[in-house]
Amino acid sequence: MSRPVLSIRDLKVEFVTRRGVLRAIDGVSFDIARGEVLGVVGESGAGKSLTGSAVIGLIDPPGRIAGGEILLNGERIDDLPAAAMREIRGRRIGMVFQDPLTSLNPLYRVGDQITETILAHLDVSAAEARRRAIDLLKEVGIPAAERRIDGYPHEFPGGMRQRVVLALALCAEPDLVIADEPTTALDVSVQAQIIALLRRLCAERGTAVMLITHDMGVIAETADRVAVMYAGRVAEIGPVRAVVKDPLHPYAKGLMGSIPTLEGAADRLVQIPGSMPRLNAIPRGCAFRPRCGSAFARCHIERPEPLRVGEHDVACFLYAQGAPAEPAAAGPGTEARR
Amino acid sequence: MLAFILRRLLQSVVVMITVGLIAFSMFRFVGDPVNQVVSLDTPREQREQIRKAMGLDDPVPIQFLNYMKRAAQLDFGISYQFRTPVTTLIGERMPATLELAFAAAFLALAVGIPMGVYTALRRHSVLSSFFMTVSLVGVSLPTFLIAILLRYVFSVQLGWLPSFGRGEVVNLGYWTTGLLTLSGLKALILPAITLGLFQMTLIMRLVRAEMLEVLRTDYIRFARARGLRTRSIHFGHALKNTLVPVITITGLQLGSIIAFALITEYVFQWPGMGVLFLGAVQNVDIPIMAAYLMLIAFMFVTINLIVDLLYSVVDPRLRTSMRAAT
Amino acid sequence: MSTPATKGIVEPAPAAAAPKARWRWRDSDILASFLSSKVTVLSAIVSVLLIGGSLLAPLVAPTNPFDPATVDLMDSLMPPRWVEGGDPRFLLGTDNQGRDLYSAILYGMRVSLIIGLAGVAIAAVLGIGLGLFAGWVGGRVDAFVMRVADVQLTFPAILIALLIDGVVHGIVGNAQRENTAFAVLILSIGLSFWVQYARTVRGSTMVEKNKDYVQAARLIGIPAPLILLKHVLPNVIGPVLVILTINIALAVITEATLSFLGVGLPPTQPSLGTLIRIGNDFLFSGEWWIVAFPGLTLAAFVLAVNLVGDWLRDALNPKLR
Repeated sequence: MSRPVLSIRDLKVEFVTRRGVLRAIDGVSFDIARGEVLGVVGESGAGKSLTGSAVIGLIDPPGRIAGGEILLNGERIDDLPAAAMREIRGRRIGMVFQDPLTSLNPLYRVGDQITETILAHLDVSAAEARRRAIDLLKEVGIPAAERRIDGYPHEFPGGMRQRVVLALALCAEPDLVIADEPTTALDVSVQAQIIALLRRLCAERGTAVMLITHDMGVIAETADRVAVMYAGRVAEIGPVRAVVKDPLHPYAKGLMGSIPTLEGAADRLVQIPGSMPRLNAIPRGCAFRPRCGSAFARCHIERPEPLRVGEHDVACFLYAQGAPAEPAAAGPGTEARR
Repeated sequence: MLAFILRRLLQSVVVMITVGLIAFSMFRFVGDPVNQVVSLDTPREQREQIRKAMGLDDPVPIQFLNYMKRAAQLDFGISYQFRTPVTTLIGERMPATLELAFAAAFLALAVGIPMGVYTALRRHSVLSSFFMTVSLVGVSLPTFLIAILLRYVFSVQLGWLPSFGRGEVVNLGYWTTGLLTLSGLKALILPAITLGLFQMTLIMRLVRAEMLEVLRTDYIRFARARGLRTRSIHFGHALKNTLVPVITITGLQLGSIIAFALITEYVFQWPGMGVLFLGAVQNVDIPIMAAYLMLIAFMFVTINLIVDLLYSVVDPRLRTSMRAAT
Repeated sequence: MSTPATKGIVEPAPAAAAPKARWRWRDSDILASFLSSKVTVLSAIVSVLLIGGSLLAPLVAPTNPFDPATVDLMDSLMPPRWVEGGDPRFLLGTDNQGRDLYSAILYGMRVSLIIGLAGVAIAAVLGIGLGLFAGWVGGRVDAFVMRVADVQLTFPAILIALLIDGVVHGIVGNAQRENTAFAVLILSIGLSFWVQYARTVRGSTMVEKNKDYVQAARLIGIPAPLILLKHVLPNVIGPVLVILTINIALAVITEATLSFLGVGLPPTQPSLGTLIRIGNDFLFSGEWWIVAFPGLTLAAFVLAVNLVGDWLRDALNPKLR
């Protein structure tokens, strides 16, 4: 197997606050291969976006990377000086943010924002950069790109703007694109188009994608593999078919159970009781334990590390030796009402 | 676009008519306009004659109309104190005030914007806290105290700069300028600093606040994620967005600079309109007061109009909405 | 790769483990907030001392500078006590008429403060009243009041105050200047500062008046003034309080500026501004103290009140930076 485009090893991110140090990401590890789409899911606050920010080197004080490694094509990038990291941003890692309405500078023409990005990274003339910008706009499906390149962002509707944002993320041919909730702010009718476009553009270029979302439907359609995050850790990671159809971690089960399906319309949607702990109140042992229906003694004491179970890597003691015989389905936990 | 300008123009005219009404009421009812032409010992019959000749027995609306007509032709009557047409008096003094005001505004912008940008980008540096403290003092200190302080230090104690007057001036037809002689420039320094200091601190704080706001926006984050140079993010993307509101405030402040100039003019005995107005207030010289009021209002309205137009040049969103409104 | 800290239980990492972070933590957050509150406390103390000292001037001041019997022209232009040639009777020296500067400052501050407070009171009552009225009635009245406010806002307060001063003296006659100066100053300040109150109050009134409980109160026949006072006014008291504090400083500055410019109080009833005006004339001959101490007092007062006002604004509205 070839070397992964992105490799995160035991990443830790902390926030230094008045009341002490909060660890928001605590030992996250995963790889993304060339051309692969990795979906990262979880509730808000699970650390999905923060992981993305850490990869692209945009964690602002008081946050900081406190440990672990981030490797891009085998090179370590988490400890690079600011100038070197800037050259990687946009050039080798592209990023798409949630809200296309606010991602573009309202005072700059769309074309200028693209060409300035191209010129910042590639050694081409201004005319060449503009030609590329037009091509790119055509490719992302902007009609009359030659004319609209001189328009201002407010002249584009939301979906169009997200297409422009995609063009911006891809304009220097990066190896990896981090898409942070790229469709959340869009109309439902536009969401599917944007996801399909992202998928197609990256497949054509062999670009790896880290797709951060809380929309399981998007993951099921788009991702090759999926990582389920909970309270700053990866609860389960594996091929999308395996994790969606047959989740192992009680949290992942709950999460998959909350996807409405057409066939199973009669079934009740499963709800996970309780809510994710705040960063300053992460319980001892397994962070999911207070909400977990299958928790047993060990979960109170020790923190589970990922275990290989078939195609999955799952951080749960139910799959470790000495676990109670049958992993029960996630249901209302005994300690759910704290 | 044209409709927008016309609408603003109409609003300006309404403001001018309102101010004109106030000025006219002062002119007509507070002082006796007859006093412009007669002395205290003029016999009563003669006063009545003059009153009639001046149209003061006409119905009030007609008088107002005539007053506005004359005002539009820059005729504001004759000063009680000087027995000279008000327009001549103001015309002589206007260049001094305008040069002072623009020098102060230039100073405020040239120093205030970089300081604001610096304090926003290096929020926790020692120099930033120093700037912020100084600005707090600058905002709080009354202008006349700053003037006295500067004058004491640089004129009385150090003797570096003149303590009063405008220095040598060069006459350019309708305009006298102090900008062409060394003594004129030296004389300008202290008054300009005095007048500009408050605006400078204001602009600095405004730029800082706006810049911090802009730096938090998604498009700045996105610009960073695109790997643009920090310099072009800060001084291109961020500063351009910061300057949009700064333009408005600065424009609006220009009017108050011109008005506030009177304190500075008084301390430094600067021969401008402010001192003229002050003398008029002390001596109840209503024609000058009324004319000064109209003049300041006119300048204000004009500046406002220019700011609106400038705004649309900077912000493309406004341009579109204006086009749409047409 | 996993360190002991991550393997077991993760609690907030002890600060000692991250010396660098601890530093940043210390010199940004805590220190800043501590300092700002310390400054606020200091400002509050200074404000109270100055206000208290000036209001109690007749009790605190060593002499009464208004009483010609206690003033001796022979004592004029004495430097402060600690300077060579100073007289132990006069802590801060004397002015050109032999008045004890320390007493004159206390009395002058008192005059400035009374004028400022009275002016702001007029402005607040006028502004709140017009704001409530305009916001409640709406329509033409509202448009008219707000248009007037807009036009007035075009001019700096000091200019309005000067104009009013000139106009009032034009009406009552310039000869009466000495007797009317006090009232005219209060009126000028009152009429120049009302706009801010009116705008703030009007905005809130328009929001409040459409709320259900106000509509209900109207339906059951509670008279409008009562609704305005009991329901609308409490909603705007926060911002009004902030404007009040900052306006007191502004009003004192305005009074001082007018007196300094020679259109305020005459030298026979000196305010801080009058003292500074007198002192300014002696700056060139070396008698710096006549202008320095009243100037410092004014500056300290304004700065202190502004800082308290800033703090008040932040405390009342955490959304504001």
